[in-house]
Amino acid sequence: MSPSRSAQRNVRDVVFVDGVRTPFGKAGEKGIYAGTRADDLVVKCIRELMRRNPSLPADRIDEVAIAATTQTGDQGLTIGRTAALLAGLPRTVPGFAIDRMCAGAMTAVTTTASGIGFGAYDVVIAGGVEHMGNHPMGSGADPNPRFMSERLVDPAALNMGNTAENLHDRFPAITKDRTDAYAAASQAKLAAAYSSEQIQHDLVPVATMKPGQGWALHTTDEPPRPGTTVADLAELRTPFRAHGRVTAGNAAGLNDGATAAVLASAEAAEELGLSVKMRLVSYAFAGVEPEVMGIGPVPATEKALKNAGLAIEDIGLFEINEAFAVQVLSFLDHFGIADDDPRVNRYGGAIAVGHPLASSGVRLMNQLARQFEEDPSVRYGITTMCIGLGMGATVIWENPHHPDYASSTADTAITATTEGAAA
Amino acid sequence: MSAADFQKLAALFPDEVVTHSYVQDIQLPGGAGTFALITLDNGLDHSKPTTLGPNTLVELGGVLEKLRERASRGEIVGVGVTGKPYFLVAGADLSAVKTLKEREHGLWMAQLGHAVYSTLADLGVPSFAFINGLALGGGLEIALQSTYRTVSTGAGALALPEAFIGLVPGWGGVYILPRLIGPENAVKVMIENPLSNNKTLSGPEAYQLGVADALFEPADFVEQSLAWAAQVISGDVTPERKNAVDAAEDAVAERWAAAVTAGRAFVESKTSNASPAPAKVLDVMEANRTMTQAASAELECETLAGLMQTDEFRSTVYAFLDLVQKRSKRPAGAPDRKLARPVTKIGVVGAGLMASQLALLFARQLKVPVVMTDIDQERVEKGVAYVHAEVDKMLAKKRIKPDAANRTKALITGSVSKEAFADADFVIEAVFEELHVKKQVFAEVEAIVSPECILATNTSSLSVTAMAEDLKHPERLVGFHFFNPVAVMPLLEIVRAPRTDDAVLATAFELAKGLKKTAVLVKDAAAFVVNRILLRLMGEVIAAFDEGTPAEVADTALRPMGLPMSPFTLSAMVGLPVAQHVQESLHAAFGDRFPVSQNLQKLIDNGVKSLWVTGPEGKPVIPAETLAIMSFGSTPSTGEEVLRRTQDALAEEIGLMLEEGVVAGPEDIDLCVIMGAGWPMFLGGITPYLDRVGASERVNGKRFLAPGIASAPA
Repeated sequence: MSPSRSAQRNVRDVVFVDGVRTPFGKAGEKGIYAGTRADDLVVKCIRELMRRNPSLPADRIDEVAIAATTQTGDQGLTIGRTAALLAGLPRTVPGFAIDRMCAGAMTAVTTTASGIGFGAYDVVIAGGVEHMGNHPMGSGADPNPRFMSERLVDPAALNMGNTAENLHDRFPAITKDRTDAYAAASQAKLAAAYSSEQIQHDLVPVATMKPGQGWALHTTDEPPRPGTTVADLAELRTPFRAHGRVTAGNAAGLNDGATAAVLASAEAAEELGLSVKMRLVSYAFAGVEPEVMGIGPVPATEKALKNAGLAIEDIGLFEINEAFAVQVLSFLDHFGIADDDPRVNRYGGAIAVGHPLASSGVRLMNQLARQFEEDPSVRYGITTMCIGLGMGATVIWENPHHPDYASSTADTAITATTEGAAA
Repeated sequence: MSAADFQKLAALFPDEVVTHSYVQDIQLPGGAGTFALITLDNGLDHSKPTTLGPNTLVELGGVLEKLRERASRGEIVGVGVTGKPYFLVAGADLSAVKTLKEREHGLWMAQLGHAVYSTLADLGVPSFAFINGLALGGGLEIALQSTYRTVSTGAGALALPEAFIGLVPGWGGVYILPRLIGPENAVKVMIENPLSNNKTLSGPEAYQLGVADALFEPADFVEQSLAWAAQVISGDVTPERKNAVDAAEDAVAERWAAAVTAGRAFVESKTSNASPAPAKVLDVMEANRTMTQAASAELECETLAGLMQTDEFRSTVYAFLDLVQKRSKRPAGAPDRKLARPVTKIGVVGAGLMASQLALLFARQLKVPVVMTDIDQERVEKGVAYVHAEVDKMLAKKRIKPDAANRTKALITGSVSKEAFADADFVIEAVFEELHVKKQVFAEVEAIVSPECILATNTSSLSVTAMAEDLKHPERLVGFHFFNPVAVMPLLEIVRAPRTDDAVLATAFELAKGLKKTAVLVKDAAAFVVNRILLRLMGEVIAAFDEGTPAEVADTALRPMGLPMSPFTLSAMVGLPVAQHVQESLHAAFGDRFPVSQNLQKLIDNGVKSLWVTGPEGKPVIPAETLAIMSFGSTPSTGEEVLRRTQDALAEEIGLMLEEGVVAGPEDIDLCVIMGAGWPMFLGGITPYLDRVGASERVNGKRFLAPGIASAPA
């Protein structure tokens, strides 16, 4: 029998089953992961996922997609495949490497989720890693001189701090005072989340050995600075521009860490008895001017909302990556959301916890999934982030704990998605 | 006693490479409390194993004493010990222990270990060993002295090899192990494995035996071990020890005694009790069944102190560390390896049994095409078929995978024409042991191959120099003498003839490395090293037999040496005609030092294959008809006389070989007999033994090795 082009193809629902991450470390010689390999961090995550989901047979995993921004050295050699082999998954499980800078893990999720929806996969592992100590941002990159000679991109666009300063220029209403206040709040919210045990469950303990120190076990994030005040932040220098606004305090740091998540078709999740923590509603990526890359989440979110047939008012929770406070505030201002809106980054964000580039997308998802569980009154949430060279990424998720979730059957969801995409 | 009391011992070793004990406080998962994790690390990469010298033990002891205080203050709930990657710890620093001159210092070393390890067992909180990698001797005993153990599936080489080294597992291993895994398993680990080529356990094997309580994979071994420790401490997990026994039970006492008896029989069969250590291991195990651990510790210390002063121990350390681990990797006299030429195709002249074994070895190890030739198609096909069948056997035993089997078989081809050697880089002959035959073969090969192609001979008794005489390129000929069975015996004697050039020799050594053989450079002298020594030995014993010494006296006279087999058994295994043939060539070269036995010739003429046959009661006997063939003299010797005469003969022969410059030094003689004849390490090969029993002084007026190299320091 030959396949028929006219055969009805069913788009399948995709669910977020589980996600974990390593504690994030500070990049550099003093950081907890100095001397530790990036691929080993991914391996810890994959193995923890397998332990936490014992009903998932390893040979049912159809793909391992791992993102890294710099794909050389310990992040090279097709890290999705190397990590699968190193984690002890069966050799029949394939894997690949993926890159969309900061939205690497998020793209790993959306790409494999599309494969699930299409029917190519039942279960996947998607995640990301960045060891910025081993791979400083942009190391080894060789930008085409045409970017400069033909003024395709403002030279400032290749330095993320500069793009953040540019964003302040574009939105004068976002002052340094506002970004510092936002940053201090991020630290405080993370500290509160830690004390309420809302973070720890996502973490995979990682043992490392350093010369002259012996094995140590890392079970918490290294970057947070709880107790940071606005006054503390006001004193920091502005490295990207004299008398500028962007500081180490109102931006995410340089970090090491890895994340990984299990995604499945709704049918496979049911068949295998896997937990359903979120249902994928829609996603979108969008491009913006590279020199103000931080604004990327705005068009990406608008597109994703449109795809889903939803409005911003339908979104009850926001997990937005905090590459820079200014970038978050530009998003909130655009949608008319207050700087301290309780729907936004309840556990704080990357300013406090860190942002190991390509790994961060799954951290946002882990946290949104936990907030869904804590708050069944919320129906929809988004994970969104800005991306270097001027992009934004947004994924919209539905809360399975919401009372109306059961009625939103696969049929209606598919209809909504399909209509949205066609519109 | 505290570890600090041993400073005076530690001070004797100012140059010790100290393995440090680094402590990290770990917050255990699930709020199980603070756990102090000790990492044993010498700060060097994985090519430099961590070892336990006196300074290392004093530091570890001090760290443990501080942790005991912290435990008493309630600051920690458990203590763990693990190692740098690939090692828990490799065991006592043997090169250091070997130099301990005074018995008292050895006793201190033994007591220091117990002082440190008893702290580990008595911290007031449970102790855990996370066996992440290699753990030998005192290294494994750290784990055994801990309350609980985890082991990595990736951990290689777990063992208590003391019986092999010449010691006893005297830092508690001999007391704890039989109780933990049962007396039978303990005898397997402490006696059978060490005396079976120093076999070790893998992580999973150790777990199966009950040496460890939990088994985790390497990828997150430390994390999972810590999580498991937390569960044990919080009471969520109680390890089951299915092989553990209570030594006080009557049934266990019976098993204990039976295991010790079986162990003694094993030691007898493997060593003829020629080395004191294995029996001491069993003595201590037998005695300690009814002892407290403290009383056993005292016995262990005294036993260790005694054994540390034995030359069997010192000779083993010399043989194992200085020769097998070091000298074999840097062969004396080998030219710069940069001179070596690539070898991409090999020719083997002959398709008989030896040639086929060589072809298989080359194809398997070097993975280059190997072509065998012989005089007719039938012989060629038989040779290739033999190799293919051997490959299939390996495949059936799952020693190789199907792809590797296909690859190896495809590499081996046969031809009746030596034209097949035209593009070979290395051609070795394994044809009949006659000079003119070999010379003719090389003349034919030389007409075909390139001027650079190396020619090698596997001769065991002919002159390589004479073989090179008529070659157009005599500089290309080298002796490449393997031992039977080729796949098993690790030695390769590389024979340099006077005109062999450095590039050829360097290539030969690189090939040896590729073949995973221990190569020793020897001068072209009749029978080279191993066969000359073996035949000198057999010649003395057979001469004594011919003179009228009863066979059972003559053939058991050398038992105190603990050689792997008796002289008559060895000659039967080699084949009486082969032995006689080599003996004749040695007689031709060296005269009466190698007498040709007329009795042996009569046996060969009558088709007798072995003096001994298995009698009706399963015991070896000499059939009357065999005895009737032979005639004997009337000057029998005692066993002692035969032994002394053999010792003296060996001292004389080795003295002459060194004078002739056959090898670079006595160390190479020792390496040759260990790797080529399987002679025991407690003899140090042979020259330490000859020094020890005074034969060197008696015959040559001087020792082979200075005191301290394989014996007590001066």
